[in-house]
Amino acid sequence: MIRLDAVTKTYRMGRVEVHALRGIDLHVEAGDFVAIMGASGSGKSTLMNIIGCLDVPTTGRYFLDGTDVAKLDDDQLATIRNRKIGFVFQSFNLIPRTTALHNVEMPLIYAGAQNRRPRALEALEAVGLANRAGHQPTELSGGQQQRAAIARALVTNPAILLADEPTGNLDSVSSVEIMKLLSALNAEHGRTIVLITHERDIAAFARRVVELRDGVILSDERTAA
Amino acid sequence: MNLFEALRVATSGLLANRLRSSLTMLGILIGVAAVILLVAVGNGATVQINNQIQALGANVIFVYPSNAKSTGGVSQGFGTSQTLTMADVDAINTRQQDPDVVAAIPIAQSGGQITYSNQNYFAPTTGTSVDFPQVRDYQIAEGSFFTQDDVASQHRVVVLGQTVVTNLFGTSDPIGQTIKINRQSFRVIGVFAAKGGSGFGSQDNVVVAPITAVWAYLSGGRGKNISQIVASASSASTVTQAETEITAILLQRHQISDPSQADFQLQSQQDILNQANSIATALTLVLGAIAGISLVVGGIGIMNIMLVTVTERTREIGIRKAIGARWRDVLTQFLIEAMFLSGLGGALGIAVGAALAEEAPHIPAIASSSFPPPVVSIPSVLLAFGVSVGIGLFFGIYPANRAARLHPIEALRHE
Repeated sequence: MIRLDAVTKTYRMGRVEVHALRGIDLHVEAGDFVAIMGASGSGKSTLMNIIGCLDVPTTGRYFLDGTDVAKLDDDQLATIRNRKIGFVFQSFNLIPRTTALHNVEMPLIYAGAQNRRPRALEALEAVGLANRAGHQPTELSGGQQQRAAIARALVTNPAILLADEPTGNLDSVSSVEIMKLLSALNAEHGRTIVLITHERDIAAFARRVVELRDGVILSDERTAA
Repeated sequence: MNLFEALRVATSGLLANRLRSSLTMLGILIGVAAVILLVAVGNGATVQINNQIQALGANVIFVYPSNAKSTGGVSQGFGTSQTLTMADVDAINTRQQDPDVVAAIPIAQSGGQITYSNQNYFAPTTGTSVDFPQVRDYQIAEGSFFTQDDVASQHRVVVLGQTVVTNLFGTSDPIGQTIKINRQSFRVIGVFAAKGGSGFGSQDNVVVAPITAVWAYLSGGRGKNISQIVASASSASTVTQAETEITAILLQRHQISDPSQADFQLQSQQDILNQANSIATALTLVLGAIAGISLVVGGIGIMNIMLVTVTERTREIGIRKAIGARWRDVLTQFLIEAMFLSGLGGALGIAVGAALAEEAPHIPAIASSSFPPPVVSIPSVLLAFGVSVGIGLFFGIYPANRAARLHPIEALRHE
């Protein structure tokens, strides 16, 4: 599903070159649930941007669902993000002044899809938020906003769900709820999930934990779960 | 991204910042209203001028003396020489060489103080022949016009326009009364029906007498001058032929072989109309251009507010890009928002401009003056709306492109 071969990423900050990633080889099979861990500065955000097709590697190759995405232009990357990736962000990132239903519909609008309304409702139902469909983000709790965001990520039926610190802005009760929801999506519906976190107890929900430090993979272990 | 979605996003964005959106729209509104109103004023002036010139009588050709033949080398100016004679008028009236001319009349003008009882008024006295009502398109309301016999016998009779009647007689009947023009007595035998039109070249401020009587009693020994000949063509389409025919007759009679040396000039109603129209059109354009400046200022306001909007919504743009919005999608969204803003402002501006143009004649200060009532033209409305939407497009492109080019990672990081 995901294959990174010797991926590096170098930023230029003024005159200084920052080597955020120094050669990452990573394989994620369909249906897996992988947590990528690391302290800040470990390169995990850069890795997430590359996996999420928001950025392209400096060197190396990246195959997503069989497509080599390393050489695509901005609009082609946007189309890949739309079709193959579902994002869940730390700060929910719902569009303000727009109902939950409409937020979930948004990726379908950019895809030019049919039957948007029923599909969006279906996705909201899958995360248990159908009764809040007409509410705007400001009228929803943090946990509910994150559910709406997960529904939005799922609605296009993407190849992977990419969750970047999905519980970072939530209290512990909501955090557990969200992680249980993600686990269920993985276990019951076979969703491929890549989770980025710096919290070990959150990473514990995943089947596999990859630890990064200084732009290289430090460890890659299957968890007991 | 479909149009409906873009419009929905645009309206929700504009509604979220009502005051800001309203003020931005106000800029366009004022610009468009100014264009509509000022162009309407220009159009009103054109319409009024056209009506007044048309009221002078359709198909009319004026022949003026000129001094192109003078050998002194010093031009004496328009109408100063006395080259037209009664014989010229008669020659045109024989209608042997000019089938397209219906009638020609001589005109001898004499200014004069007119008195009746203790009333006192100034109006030009026109000496002419019996065909005057036909050529100048006047109707007799009361009494009668003078006859060929009155002309032949130099009878001191006059026919008055409505303005003169009102000023000298008030509501009493002028027929049969004797008025004095330059202390000479004239008997009123008829009154013209009102021709309408006010201000410039009023057609009702006239006193008409037999030309022989004017020569004999009012010209003060200046002889049998004819200041102009007025001829009428059989129809508007034959005016040009009639002009050619009159020119031929007069050149022959004055023994001039080179038309450029002619000692007379012809001017048709159409010539005057064309001149007046070109002046009025220029006026309309100047007024429109002045108003157009405020439209450009409004457009800059839109650009300014769109730049602010793009900065404010950087994060939203990042989210949209992350979930699959392409360059074109973001560009379309912000362009539609800018065009919606300017288009709505333009539509409101048209309404305000048209309402002002409609109301203007009812404002007392304007109603009492001879200011022409503004006329809103449909093309100016369509143009103003098109231009306002176009301004949204033009001034929206830069901010929208800026939004569309944002990098999703940086946009998402934006607080």
